[in-house]
Amino acid sequence: MGNSYRVALAGNPNTGKSTLFNALTGLRQHTGNWAGKTVSLAQGNVLYKDKTFNLIDLPGTYSLFSNSNDEEVARNYIVFEKPDVTVVVLDATSLERNFNLALQVLEMTKNVIICINLIDVAEKQGININERILTNRLGVPVIKISARNKKGFPMLLDTIDRIVTGAIECVPVQTTYPDDIEEQIKNIEPKVSELIGNRLSARWVSLRLLDGDEKLLNEISKRFGQKEGSE
Amino acid sequence: MSIPKIIKLVNGEKGNLIRITSLNLDGVMRRRLLDLGFVAGAIVEVIRKSPLGDPIAFRVSQTTIALRKEESSRIEGVLMTDGE
Repeated sequence: MGNSYRVALAGNPNTGKSTLFNALTGLRQHTGNWAGKTVSLAQGNVLYKDKTFNLIDLPGTYSLFSNSNDEEVARNYIVFEKPDVTVVVLDATSLERNFNLALQVLEMTKNVIICINLIDVAEKQGININERILTNRLGVPVIKISARNKKGFPMLLDTIDRIVTGAIECVPVQTTYPDDIEEQIKNIEPKVSELIGNRLSARWVSLRLLDGDEKLLNEISKRFGQKEGSE
Repeated sequence: MSIPKIIKLVNGEKGNLIRITSLNLDGVMRRRLLDLGFVAGAIVEVIRKSPLGDPIAFRVSQTTIALRKEESSRIEGVLMTDGE
């Protein structure tokens, strides 16, 4: 059949990624309310229509700049293993904090779904979220769910389905930086693009290079071989 | 009231609200603090101080984060209240 697709779950710690993972896959991966609970990558399958979605539960992080092991694992998976869809799970009660990671993911990869979890809790706090406006601004589907109460799952699964079949095209919004940075990106992006082709987003790699991200450089030469890494 | 009072986070008293103006840190620690919400313009509340004054717990974008003075002495902001 070959109808298997990889779907990665990313998000801040304690946003309910593992709850969502367990509810969808029927597995009982241990979850707990403390930092770094999801250490290695848990995987499980969801059958939907004629397809199998292979869910990967990434470690919860505030960022993906490889400040720590967790962040490196999550970052490398999204960038190098290239899941068919990356679902970023956000805590509806703390969107400002959570969008830091979401915007980073939108810079790294194309097929992204923003999944706003704990929507029931947020509504009780009087927080109203207009997912249509967010979808328009971000250029990718935004879906509200409650993983604990299994609300919003049909919409989420249907959206994953429509992305992998190409019915929806994601056009993630790109963060615009101050002029001097944009200028430098313009200078190095063509060269980066020449070296890595379309294996990674050239704009994103350029940004990481400007930031002096040596770990990423090492990872690239490790994975793509030495042929272009000889100075 | 006219001149904004700039203080370092480490010198904040319990209850103070401080609007961050600058982070005098580089590299990974700067990145980490930005990720945790210590960005220019953000309002931080001093939640509590340890008995010896270090670390100090701050409330930043709805989460409590404790910083040691190595970091909190390098973050500056405008004091918004006296916490009386």
